[in-house]
Amino acid sequence: MTTDTARPPASRRIALPRVVQNYGVYAAVLALLAYNAVFTPHFLDGANLRTQLVQAAPIVIVALGMALVIGSEGIDLSVGSVMALAAAIIPLYLGFGVWPAVIMALVAGMAAGLFNGTLVAVVGLQPIVATLALLVAGRGLALVFAGGQLKQLHNPDLLALGDGDLAGVPVIVLAAAALTLVTAVLVGRTTYGRRLVAVGGNRSAAALAGLPVRRILITAYVLCGLFAAVAGVFATARLTASDPSAIGNLAELSAITAVVVGGTPLTGGRIRVLGTVAGALVMQLVRATLIKHDLPDSAAQMTQAAIILLAVYIARERRTR
Amino acid sequence: MSDLAPLLDAGGVTKRFPGVLALDGVDLSLTPGRVHALVGENGAGKSTLIKILSGAYRADAGEIVHDGHPVAFARPLDARAAGISTIYQEVNLIPLMSVARNLFLGREPRRLGLLDLRRMNREAERVLAGYGVHVDVTRPLGTIGLGARQMVALARAVAEDAKLLIMDEPTSSLEPREVETLFSVVASLTAKGMAVLYVSHRLEELYRLCETVTVLRDGRVVHTGPLAGLDRLALVAHMLGRELDQVREEGTTRFGEHRDHTGPPLMRAEGLTKRHVLRGVGLTVRAGEVTGLGGLLGAGRSETAKAIVGALPLDSGTVTVDGRRVRRLSPAAAIRAGMALLPEDRKAEGIVPDLSVRENILLAAMPRVSRFGFVSRKRQDRIVATFMKRLRIKAAGPEQKVGELSGGNQQKVLLARWLCLNPRLLLLDEPTRGIDVGAKAEVQALIDELAADGLAVVLISSDLEELVEGADRIVVLRAGAVVTELEGDDVDEPAVMAALAEAEPWKEDRDDD
Repeated sequence: MTTDTARPPASRRIALPRVVQNYGVYAAVLALLAYNAVFTPHFLDGANLRTQLVQAAPIVIVALGMALVIGSEGIDLSVGSVMALAAAIIPLYLGFGVWPAVIMALVAGMAAGLFNGTLVAVVGLQPIVATLALLVAGRGLALVFAGGQLKQLHNPDLLALGDGDLAGVPVIVLAAAALTLVTAVLVGRTTYGRRLVAVGGNRSAAALAGLPVRRILITAYVLCGLFAAVAGVFATARLTASDPSAIGNLAELSAITAVVVGGTPLTGGRIRVLGTVAGALVMQLVRATLIKHDLPDSAAQMTQAAIILLAVYIARERRTR
Repeated sequence: MSDLAPLLDAGGVTKRFPGVLALDGVDLSLTPGRVHALVGENGAGKSTLIKILSGAYRADAGEIVHDGHPVAFARPLDARAAGISTIYQEVNLIPLMSVARNLFLGREPRRLGLLDLRRMNREAERVLAGYGVHVDVTRPLGTIGLGARQMVALARAVAEDAKLLIMDEPTSSLEPREVETLFSVVASLTAKGMAVLYVSHRLEELYRLCETVTVLRDGRVVHTGPLAGLDRLALVAHMLGRELDQVREEGTTRFGEHRDHTGPPLMRAEGLTKRHVLRGVGLTVRAGEVTGLGGLLGAGRSETAKAIVGALPLDSGTVTVDGRRVRRLSPAAAIRAGMALLPEDRKAEGIVPDLSVRENILLAAMPRVSRFGFVSRKRQDRIVATFMKRLRIKAAGPEQKVGELSGGNQQKVLLARWLCLNPRLLLLDEPTRGIDVGAKAEVQALIDELAADGLAVVLISSDLEELVEGADRIVVLRAGAVVTELEGDDVDEPAVMAALAEAEPWKEDRDDD
């Protein structure tokens, strides 16, 4: 009843979830690996691990960009559509060679991010509404570019991005690892990254401290669009076809899930890069585990939903005031 | 009329929040047909009391007898049902619904079980005309003026057969003409026997409208009684907690002697104007001088400070530093010109709770301690160590999260954020509010030291003693305009209080709209 006795229980209640929140996602990855090592035949075979990583890589890439935006107290619902947009752009420029095509796809992703960022930072729309526009319109635009149909791609350089190896490691996995490193350095070691976190943590304080809040926010959305386009290029290469109606479907939900499960709060002010990667891996492993044990895909989806709820519940504890 | 039984009688109302005793045994008695004023500075407990009376909070202790029955409202709805209607500062109506629908929300006229829109609109027009409001009642409420919205809220409260009307700063966003209408409506309501609890900081209004007053300070009733016999100075003294005769004797602040400065102005703000907030405020600040901004709550002190550093968009006005006008005024431009503002609301506008002490200190200085966009830890650590030592910031280390520090140490972190930019003008908005006594003395000593080093300081403080002891010169604001400037020997508490109690400046020049 009195204030003096009210405090200690409050801090004790917070203490436990904080550990869980900081390291829970890594523990979950290890637990899933351990479980499968024992109960799933051939799970630790090189071929299977390779498959798991290759499948998780595009979501990792999208989630990294998403983590930047969520860290700014925003959200980007359009990443799946941006992936489709990138996929639709590739065949248009593939005639000039693989690099011009890839670069044009990435430029399209950044343009989409610029559009989102401008709506959020300059016009002042809520991020969820602003990016909802491109969630709908982006895929429509992609279908227009693609003429509404799937295009088989035969350019060997492009296909090498999808199934090629470099020193025995799939190119897509290397790309995801490289982008993870870049993002970690960006968030932890650069002026921009620290300012982004400050804007997400307390926007009015950041504005009062003279930070270029608009520019910082727009940049976050541009980077998120760029990462989504990178993921779109890899997804296209793996599919060996440009299919704007399928590529990136529900990618925004997978990415947000990975970020949240990884311990980045939706309220901004904190970006956990490695946690995001682990979050994507957890979701991938859960799915793989259930499928290998012959549970239907629907069960996998419901398990994923339960994990999201759990992650959000744990994250919620920290923000009680 | 004076022998009427009270409509509402509250005794010993106590409310505790974690860490604060918001209300401590407050008594309040309201009589039908009377307007009772409730006054007090920030944190005095007015809002808490209103929320208990209107059912938004429950009291921890105490008894409220309303209309002859002891009551304890669990929800705002219960209070409304008992005839207590509250009009908050921010009108709590639904901006996207039409005026008429807002007016009749929850008791719409029906015909054959369906809404009778035509009748509702006709009725609404008739009712509002009685309040001097002539608007298209089918328009969304959000599109009509603030004054008219206030009237709709009032009309709604009256139509609910309220016996007690609580008005929380109803005039803060009204034009003078609308204030007059509001007053005449209130007068007609009390004539019908309604009791009104009126919260405002505009003394002028209180003396015109109210018969009795209750003054709250730090959760306690410090004065209650008829308003007519109480002079303005005494009322202000009650609000600020300063006895008139004890003012000169003591000195518990840590400020040194006053300084006199006649150098050229470092910063000159002219004609700072924003509708409903600032009315042509001018302010001149010299290097090495502490300029105090005085005024009661809502006088426009914080807004003036924010306007100077570009954090409050202005309708007009200029800020000149060293004779050069700051163009495209923004926080970034202000910082480049050497100005920094320590905001009043530490949590909302100051600290970034999840970042470390180090990063909070360097938030504004980040580009200056970076190389090619990469953070340079060596340079950072040196600056942070210097300031943590100089300001005696008590933290587990520079990497501790600021959200975990005490209020006083958070405030020092914010001071360090600005001081490491080497500003020439520091604006401090309530720098010692909500921090412990030790930290308070340290901050006050620091202000002195900074001024002695040649920094220009603007000090805003509701603590009258702190203001008078700390400032070399005091500019007193009322209702968004400068009323007096006190210099040299004129800077003392009676003079400031006299200025605070003066007449509203805008009563004389109301033709500025």
